[in-house]
Amino acid sequence: MALIERFQKTTDIGFWEGQIPMSYIYTVGRAGEKFFRELINGKIFGAKCEACNITYVPAKIFCEKCFARLEDKYLDVGTNGKVYTFTQCYETYEGIRKEKPSIVAVIQIDGTQGFLVHWLGEIDFEKVSIGMPVEAVFKAKKDREGSILDIKYFKPIK
Amino acid sequence: MEITKKMVEKTATKLSAEEILGGKVLSVKWEPKLKYAWDNGPAIGRYLAELKNGKIIAKKCDKCHRIMIPPRMFCELCWVPTGEWVYVKDTGIVNTWIVGYVDWKAKRLDIKGGVRPITPGIIEIDGASKGMGILHHLGEVDPWKIHRSMKVKAVWKPPEERTGSITDIKYFKPTK
Amino acid sequence: MRRVAIVGAGLTKFYRNTQETPKELAYEATKMALDSCEMKLSDIDCVVHGTAPDAFDGVHMKGEYLSDGSGAYRKPYMRHFVGGGTGVLSPIHGWFHVASGMFDTCLVVAEEKMSSAYPHPAGAFLTIFDHTTEQPLYPTLIYIFAIEMNRFMTTHGYRKEDIALVAVKNKKNAMDHPSAQLPAEITVQDVLNSEIMAWPVNRLDISPTSDGAACVVLAAEHVARRITEKPIWIDGCGWSLDTAYWTTRDLYYPDYLEVAARQAYKMAGIKEPSKEIHIAEPYDPFTYKELHHIEGLMLAPRGKSVQMLVDGHFNRNGNLPTSPSGGLLGVGNPIAAAGLMKVIELYLQLKGTAGKRQVPGNPTCGVANAWGDLMQVGTVVVLRS
Ligand SMILES: [Zn+2]
Ligand SMILES: [Zn+2]
Repeated sequence: MALIERFQKTTDIGFWEGQIPMSYIYTVGRAGEKFFRELINGKIFGAKCEACNITYVPAKIFCEKCFARLEDKYLDVGTNGKVYTFTQCYETYEGIRKEKPSIVAVIQIDGTQGFLVHWLGEIDFEKVSIGMPVEAVFKAKKDREGSILDIKYFKPIK
Repeated sequence: MEITKKMVEKTATKLSAEEILGGKVLSVKWEPKLKYAWDNGPAIGRYLAELKNGKIIAKKCDKCHRIMIPPRMFCELCWVPTGEWVYVKDTGIVNTWIVGYVDWKAKRLDIKGGVRPITPGIIEIDGASKGMGILHHLGEVDPWKIHRSMKVKAVWKPPEERTGSITDIKYFKPTK
Repeated sequence: MRRVAIVGAGLTKFYRNTQETPKELAYEATKMALDSCEMKLSDIDCVVHGTAPDAFDGVHMKGEYLSDGSGAYRKPYMRHFVGGGTGVLSPIHGWFHVASGMFDTCLVVAEEKMSSAYPHPAGAFLTIFDHTTEQPLYPTLIYIFAIEMNRFMTTHGYRKEDIALVAVKNKKNAMDHPSAQLPAEITVQDVLNSEIMAWPVNRLDISPTSDGAACVVLAAEHVARRITEKPIWIDGCGWSLDTAYWTTRDLYYPDYLEVAARQAYKMAGIKEPSKEIHIAEPYDPFTYKELHHIEGLMLAPRGKSVQMLVDGHFNRNGNLPTSPSGGLLGVGNPIAAAGLMKVIELYLQLKGTAGKRQVPGNPTCGVANAWGDLMQVGTVVVLRS
């Protein structure tokens, strides 16, 4: 291989450190404005396509299947759902070991074809099961700011 | 079918940056931490090492005989591995240049307050093949007196300050 | 190879900051395009999406993110990306899908939301340069455009005040474009008096950063003839890339574009472009760039484009109207969507439905190009009625 030269010390080649110096502000969009504002009110909003008989959660301005406009089809879908699937995470998104693992679940909101990814709380991992009924636990009203974190977690319905 | 004002008017909602920052609509902030360590590879590794020595090194293609800077391990025209390493001069001519009033973040420089405009250019390096230019800054010159084909020479940092970087050359200045 | 036509088009309004998410913008353009030719999503066989660096919208795997808004749910879907050249690669990418015989209909969607990058998308541009030999010098996109403009000017002896006429023309043309972000009636003096960004580039020499989306619907000939009485044919496609060592090629002339244009002209059977082409949408993120590209498209001899501009040759009622849409300088520059906006302009003009922007003389052949990557990719399409 003529292309490869032999370097005795790898430090002769070295590396160059740098970063991509970016920051972002994402607007939540037209449907997002409805969905996240309603979280402040302690409500979860979806959007229903009558033609496809699908209720999306979170709300969307369009049906991805038939492209119908759904902006006048927003509806309160309640705050209850069922555990669709779940896992327990031992590392942060940066790959650092957590002090205490957290349970992450996909929750199907009752009466809809929509899902939210969120944490499960007030339950031990061993007791979680697929299909288990859960409900959203919101932060105190004064602390809500129109974020997915306005829901603290979902907890089992006793 | 014509695309009319009426058709486009509701497709997008106009906002100002102030309205977004001021919370007229909801938004989410994010600052990703995207840090990298890029391996230099043999060609750029040697290039940087030689800059630390105060020298500029190029590499020659045995097929098209181009002396190429920055050096590379293969000739992108002939698609063959390159041959010998060749030292080139630290002088050259200005191929093209600008007089910059904004920085890389699109922020305006305080020119009226006495900040010198930024004057990057492409310098064709003497000893490399014709047209072989590199990006660098021009200094010790009135920005408005820079001209095409102006002869320039590298101004190096003192040896103890060099780190093996393209910035070991501070800038290129006109030769008298 | 099958003949492929554009049969529908949609475009959002372009703004500096929009409330809509990228996928909501994509939906609006795509929905309008489908409605324009009375097609339903179920009539569509496949989708292609053009969108520039993920770093603008700040969404990694932006193609995947944009898929539902682009009508790609459970359909064959591909994203393509060649920086600023993306918007004209978009119809070419869609053309492959249909010309190959694999699909009869294809949605071609392009989107950009540059306002997500905060405080300014300029930071993303730093990282397109070589990380070891160039980034430590803090180059910016405006710098390299200005550097190219300078080489172009000094080679041909062009004057800034003449080049400024491109901004005057395009911003005026944009007065009649419903999506336009920066339409204006300005003078050469306004351009010269606007603040210096990087000499020789002033504020009004540059297109804005923008949010927006665009979409065209493509169909194979047998389908196109059922949909419309006047399909607009994609008769030529070309694309090429010059050296990745951008400082080692002579910036005075866009060789990347000539190679791409020759390919597109050959495919379209065009021998004398300046005679056979009636209307052009050369890529104009900067004033000089329209002229640079007019020369690269061989619509003007090298070194002669400025005189032709001054003589009114490129005005909407001139011999060869260029950027009758208003271009990026007037309509705006949501990167990929801006390139596709130019193709949509040709489509509307050749169809005779450009409204107030309609150029006289029933044009039947047009060319559009875009330019990107690290200043060295050229993408070209030739359309005919
Ligand atoms: Zn539906
Ligand atoms: Zn060679």
